Amino acid sequence: MTALPARDREPGPQKFREMAGNVGWGILAWVVGIAFFLPVLWMIITAFKPESAAETWPPKFIFSPTLSEFRLVFSGVGPFLTHSVIATVGSTILVLVLGVPASYALSVHPVKHWRDGLFFFISTKMLPIVAVIGPLYVIALKTGLLDSLWLLIILYTAMNLPLAIWMIRSFMLEVPRELLEAARLDGAGRIREMTGVILPVISPGLVSTALICMIFAWNELFLALNLTTTNAATMPMFLISSVPQEGLYIAHLSAAALVASIPVILVGWIAQRSLVRGLSMGAIK
Amino acid sequence: MTVLEDLAPPPRVDVRPRGMGRREAWQRRLPLLPALVYIVIVTQIPFVVTLWYSFQNYFFDVPGAAHFTGLSNYKAVFTSAAFRGSLVRSVVMTVTAVIVAMILGVAIAMLLDRKFFGRGVVRTMVITPFLVMPAAAALIWAGPMLDPNFGLLNYLLEPFGVHHVAWLSTHALGSVIVVMIWQWTPFMTLIVLAGLQGQPQDTLEAAKVDGAGALATFRELTFPYLRPYIELGILLGSIYLVNVFDAVRLMTNGGPGTSTTNLPFYLYQQVNFAFDVGGAAAAGVVTVILTIIVATFALRMFASVFQFEEAGV
Repeated sequence: MTALPARDREPGPQKFREMAGNVGWGILAWVVGIAFFLPVLWMIITAFKPESAAETWPPKFIFSPTLSEFRLVFSGVGPFLTHSVIATVGSTILVLVLGVPASYALSVHPVKHWRDGLFFFISTKMLPIVAVIGPLYVIALKTGLLDSLWLLIILYTAMNLPLAIWMIRSFMLEVPRELLEAARLDGAGRIREMTGVILPVISPGLVSTALICMIFAWNELFLALNLTTTNAATMPMFLISSVPQEGLYIAHLSAAALVASIPVILVGWIAQRSLVRGLSMGAIK
Repeated sequence: MTVLEDLAPPPRVDVRPRGMGRREAWQRRLPLLPALVYIVIVTQIPFVVTLWYSFQNYFFDVPGAAHFTGLSNYKAVFTSAAFRGSLVRSVVMTVTAVIVAMILGVAIAMLLDRKFFGRGVVRTMVITPFLVMPAAAALIWAGPMLDPNFGLLNYLLEPFGVHHVAWLSTHALGSVIVVMIWQWTPFMTLIVLAGLQGQPQDTLEAAKVDGAGALATFRELTFPYLRPYIELGILLGSIYLVNVFDAVRLMTNGGPGTSTTNLPFYLYQQVNFAFDVGGAAAAGVVTVILTIIVATFALRMFASVFQFEEAGV
């Protein structure tokens, strides 16, 4: 790493050393990557094991794969899956519906106290939701929202909205001012400015934002566990219910964990760039 | 990427032209109102109710209405060793996990920023833990990975003289923290990587030509450049990690004893098993106040994240 002075004198070996160094760093990166992926890989492998091969010592790497645990998982996952999809998609749509105009009012044509507004939204993320869980339960009970998907949609929206506003706002600030001015010269009002100029430009950013909101909503357990039982129980709840009190269950658990995680994993893999774009925005603006 | 321009001090724009009329002001305010009202109702009302219950004697399992008990709930909170213990554990868990995840995140991002065979595959593998459902991660770690009798980790460590360690009994807190780090390192990596990829190459080239070592280049150029990204990662990571519940509930259930009981799990127990709404509310209020104090300091420290770009046309 610090062999620089020698490099200038001997260009030949330096080239070689640099190449060897690159290969070394590449191998290290692969080792780190595999180490981080190993638990996920192990989950996938275990999910295809028959239950009897899942709890052995030493762990079995060669076995005849079976889909029996997946069959079992899919036989009971229906309602949970439906609830999760509704809560995730519903809250994400609501986040965008509320977040886009709010971000507009904090960026393009900002309100007078836009700094305070932005700060207020971010600060609500810092209030630990666990602190209000008891009263939240009482409120949900008294409003008849307990164990309903509406409750989850309402709460997941509030959970994701501050971060979403932060992100969407940073995308809106990137809309070239010339475009906005040109639209204004053409006599575009605020609505046309939004639909004709801003929304088309920021649509990749909106996809990023929606993606991140969906990940957090899909994976949320604490609120679901405390505030739902059957009518709105989501995928993380399904996962918990797949752990029995006794007997062999590791293969079944792995299959359930894989089924519960796979939608977000696949979407995240496909949309890696989008994910990076969304997460890094806050630092840039 | 236009990061460099963005980090330069933004041109000052008169945010609100002096002649802006009431009509204009309302036109600007209107789009903000739905979100603002929504957040106020959904996040502030439960807090006000929490404040109210914190002065009440109210148990789910005791018939009869709640009644006012003055400060007794607060007295109980401040004298409760369980509350103090869970508070300390929350701080330890969050700080350790965030710092380690960030150090690993920077290191891995630097690795991934180099060109090597299969970089896309490695990046995909590294970010996957962040995408795994936390409940699934907790259960997979607790069972197939860490089980003393058939866990993969013990198998991998056996050549190093480790024999059937019951990680969740003997190293419970460490195990939970490891899972938190495993899930959040990818998050830090992604943020730092985004920063690295926006770093202007010409200054790095210039440093190389001038004979600067890798370490000096990192300290003098890369790190200052990455600072806002690192601060953002620490800030967001802390916000989410301080609320970690799934790993505690599903890996150790707060135990053995109370050795992994953090604040979220403590409050969960107060409501769900002690049915003590009043006591949990008082603990919640104290938590919120402490959070506000910490957050105020944190926001000041991480000022560069909040160098809000001047907005407006």
